Amino acid sequence: MSALETTPNPLVRRSDRLGRRRIVNRSMEVLAWLAAAIAVAILGVVVWSVARRGASELNLDLFTKSPVQFAIGNVKQGLANAFVGSIVLVAVATAMALPVGILIAVYLNEFAPPSIESGVSLVLDVLNGIPSIVIAIFVFGLLVVGHGQSGLAGSFALATLMLPLVTRTTMEVLALVPDSLREAGLGLGVPRWRTTLSIVLPQTIGGVLTGTVLAVARIAGETAPLLLVSSVVGTAVKWNPTQALYSVPLAIFEDSESPVPADHARAWAAALVLLLFIMCASLGARWLASRSRRKLGRTAR
Amino acid sequence: MASTIESALRVETKRQQLPPREKLEQIFDIRDLAAIYGSKPALKDVSMEVYKNLVTAIIGPSGCGKSTFIRCLNRMNDLVPHFRQTGAILYHGHDISGANVDPVAVRRTIGMVFQRPNPFPKSIFENVAWGLRVLGMKDNLNERVERALTQAALWDEVKDRLKASGLSLSGGQQQRLCIARAIAVEPDVVLMDEPASALDPIATQAIEQLMHELKSEYSFVIVTHNMQQAARVADMTAFFSISRGDEGERWGELIEYDSTEKIFTAPSDKRTEDYVTGRFG
Repeated sequence: MSALETTPNPLVRRSDRLGRRRIVNRSMEVLAWLAAAIAVAILGVVVWSVARRGASELNLDLFTKSPVQFAIGNVKQGLANAFVGSIVLVAVATAMALPVGILIAVYLNEFAPPSIESGVSLVLDVLNGIPSIVIAIFVFGLLVVGHGQSGLAGSFALATLMLPLVTRTTMEVLALVPDSLREAGLGLGVPRWRTTLSIVLPQTIGGVLTGTVLAVARIAGETAPLLLVSSVVGTAVKWNPTQALYSVPLAIFEDSESPVPADHARAWAAALVLLLFIMCASLGARWLASRSRRKLGRTAR
Repeated sequence: MASTIESALRVETKRQQLPPREKLEQIFDIRDLAAIYGSKPALKDVSMEVYKNLVTAIIGPSGCGKSTFIRCLNRMNDLVPHFRQTGAILYHGHDISGANVDPVAVRRTIGMVFQRPNPFPKSIFENVAWGLRVLGMKDNLNERVERALTQAALWDEVKDRLKASGLSLSGGQQQRLCIARAIAVEPDVVLMDEPASALDPIATQAIEQLMHELKSEYSFVIVTHNMQQAARVADMTAFFSISRGDEGERWGELIEYDSTEKIFTAPSDKRTEDYVTGRFG
């Protein structure tokens, strides 16, 4: 025992600063942990408050019945027109943005010279940063003035928001496809377009799907573009995109401004549905992304 | 596997005497080839001929432009940004970099096998059949695939699982699949860029053996930094080395090109001798 005491332990250095360092270290850890906790808590509060207020109105009528104007008494009503409108708007927007986005990404990543690629990429980033209300005004001036509101105009506005998202993610997955695969196709004497179509693009399906799901989740909650171009609607359920279509975000906006308390409850319920949809879509996108990464990882070896 | 090794050893002993060079049929006539990446020269002053139905090896230290050179031969460097090339590469008398020459047609005639096995993420069958189908060789597809896989010495190993993914094969098998894919479309020349550098000795020998057996049908140009490999498989050998300029710039140069026997036993250039006897990094 005495021998241990006389030999100084080389791992312990007497220093006045050690205590101070421990305190700083610990407090920084706590701060960082708190910051993370705040982020989670905010989401938790949002989800919980929406769920608490919306859950009571979350029933089948919400999806199957239309709203009734000047309802007297306890009339059963829902937001079927908004849900159908949102589905049509988002589906048409996806049909517009997806092919164009994939084509842009293929051109930029596979064919364009580097100068054009960086230029167009910058433009896409700028487009991505444009506030949605500005896009709404642009589409209003382009398609609505003189023609009237329509679901197609709404879809076009949403597609404009979606385009940079889809293009960007597609470019990212294309960049992950190893060049050795492209060379393999070209080395056989197969034209470049054919190699791109049959060898490169099939590798990106998972990634493109992920990007599309995320973009759909993003535009499904957009209110501003639709406010100007697809908002003057009746209460009927409409599937035809040449007419103005109602949408879930607009329904939330308008019902929450209504003087009738039942409308408020419906707005909360619609918000809950939208939230659940976005959450499921994000989780689904994560799953798809991890799956396609695994697949690409196998190829790259 | 023992038979593979024995036959690989036999390759060395039964090398036939090459006829004189004037009597050989030229496939490539390369004149004053120089290659530049951006502003960095990679190759200068390469002039040589490549002959039909022979295996021609390109040897030399790392960075001497071997891969750049072989990729010039089927215009794979077209895909590299800022790549430029001067001089002429005549293929049966036609300049392959001519203005009206389709690089796709060049690569169709002059196939390539790459350093790392790169099978398509498709089934074993599809790996070979895809190129055939795309290039319009759809008749007797099954026979063509079987023939290519047999030529590449892979058929017996995969005939029961043609539907399995090409990526499920071992490295050596993957490389032989890539060779099968390349020869299935019946090119005239097969370029191989260090085809065995990622493989174990047994897979390497299998590939050397199949090169030896196939050269009656195809002409091979193979880049290797394994001198024993060049000595085993090649009829002709070109030695490339690095030259340094006054301002420290480096580029690859063709030092000596002759029959493999001459290069390895009686090289005429001191640098070749230093390299093949191992006195050079």
